[in-house]
Amino acid sequence: MIMEYKLTYNQFMQGLEQEKLLGLVCNGCGAATCPPLGVCRACGGQELRVAEMSGVGTLRTFTVVRVAPEGRTPPYVVAMVELDEGPWVMGNLEGLPLDQSNMDIIGKKVKVGSRRVQTKLPVQENQRSLTFHLI
Amino acid sequence: MREVAVLGVAMTKFGVSDKTNLEMFAEAGLEAISKSSLNPKDIQALFFGNCLGDFEEGQLHMAPFAHAELGLPTGAPATRFESACATATVAIRHAALLVGAGIYDVVLAGGTERAAGMGTPLATRTFAMACQAHHESSAGITFPGVFAMAAHMYAHKYGIALSELKRHMAEVAVKNHYHGSLNPKAHFRKPITVDTVLNSMMVADPLQLFDCCPFSDGAAALVLAEANKARELVEKPVFIAGTGQASAGSLYLQRDLTRIKAREEASRQAFSQAGIGPQDVQVVELHDCFTIAEILALEAMGFYGFGSAYKSASSRETYLGGKLVVNPSGGLKAKGHPIGATGAAQVTEIVEQLRGECGERQVNGARVGMVDTLGGDFGTVCNIILRV
Repeated sequence: MIMEYKLTYNQFMQGLEQEKLLGLVCNGCGAATCPPLGVCRACGGQELRVAEMSGVGTLRTFTVVRVAPEGRTPPYVVAMVELDEGPWVMGNLEGLPLDQSNMDIIGKKVKVGSRRVQTKLPVQENQRSLTFHLI
Repeated sequence: MREVAVLGVAMTKFGVSDKTNLEMFAEAGLEAISKSSLNPKDIQALFFGNCLGDFEEGQLHMAPFAHAELGLPTGAPATRFESACATATVAIRHAALLVGAGIYDVVLAGGTERAAGMGTPLATRTFAMACQAHHESSAGITFPGVFAMAAHMYAHKYGIALSELKRHMAEVAVKNHYHGSLNPKAHFRKPITVDTVLNSMMVADPLQLFDCCPFSDGAAALVLAEANKARELVEKPVFIAGTGQASAGSLYLQRDLTRIKAREEASRQAFSQAGIGPQDVQVVELHDCFTIAEILALEAMGFYGFGSAYKSASSRETYLGGKLVVNPSGGLKAKGHPIGATGAAQVTEIVEQLRGECGERQVNGARVGMVDTLGGDFGTVCNIILRV
């Protein structure tokens, strides 16, 4: 059987550029996988269809990065969000003053967006990372 | 499987070195071979660990050059292992598996790294390359950031005030710096206080500088052999009672960062093979790359219940003289963390503890010891249980 990758990184990036958060839904167990993998993250199923996620989720944890990798300008907030469809994603919390980026934001609802990868190092034109805004 | 034993062990002093990766590895490797009553020509294979030689020195494919530095026979294959911070432990485990399987009788395993030489911005960037590049490193996550997110999640999940959790985390650093002060090979040999930690610069909220291990240079190596051969060669062989290794994907798949599933599985494998449980272990060298990491490791390996290990250092249960001595070497926190060498240094410490060779930091009566090494953002965990 020839395997064709269902939702490639480039297709995922194109979706973000069009303000769509794409994922995969398993025909077997119904679980959503986002960002994409070769198989369903829940059951390993390979019968997957591309679906747009709602782009809404709940902030589960975060940090304020103050010592950054080469090419990045700190400080900035990295967070993990559980999408309403179930998958978790990593991105940057934006639009909130740093002194309010504390334990109180855990459990808050966020809207997911994206932006060009923020680095001074060379990256491909289409590389984007996720952003989160408190709703 | 045949029984496998550790013979000679050796490590360079960890810290900032003016030697190359190969020079450091040659020192550790030759000392380990010599302590095994062997010559380099007796070694049948080299299991070599290095993570970032390309960024550190512009050097890939370092294993055959290490082979040449040591004067190993041409017929002894040298293979490089890379599993981020668990690199050397994974190399040692695979060495033990192949000796156990009867492919080789006597091998050398270990690793070398010049992490300090990179400087903080490049080191922070290259370490973060062990996170998933396309969907996670792209958000600017760092290794302190990963464990910082785990700490926030731990405080939230178990309903502990962050300030209280941070005090207990600081106690882990105080303990490991105290242990490190007793280790002549440690990167840092200065005791610190809780205030040292809580007054240090913020690296990734809530982790401060003294919650974090240093970038270090260093190498460590050891000889493994089939047990009967080991008994002929050295006075006190230390036996590999069990090993385990497990894998997990990106953080977005792992979700609950307080539960390191790869460690729960790897340690289960190791305990099962050894036929013992956590209560049978007297000394552990575990992966305390950050203070919260020691707490998470103690829970995942079953030494403490989930949500209860955060008081382990404050209660002094994990100090020298405590009921389970954790990181008597000073751990990654104080002994240092040259990532490709770390696992071999952990095995070195456990072997020397079981032989009663650790002087001021000796764990009295230690008969079973355990090594725990975590690679990347919880993606690889490798455990090795050793006994006399």
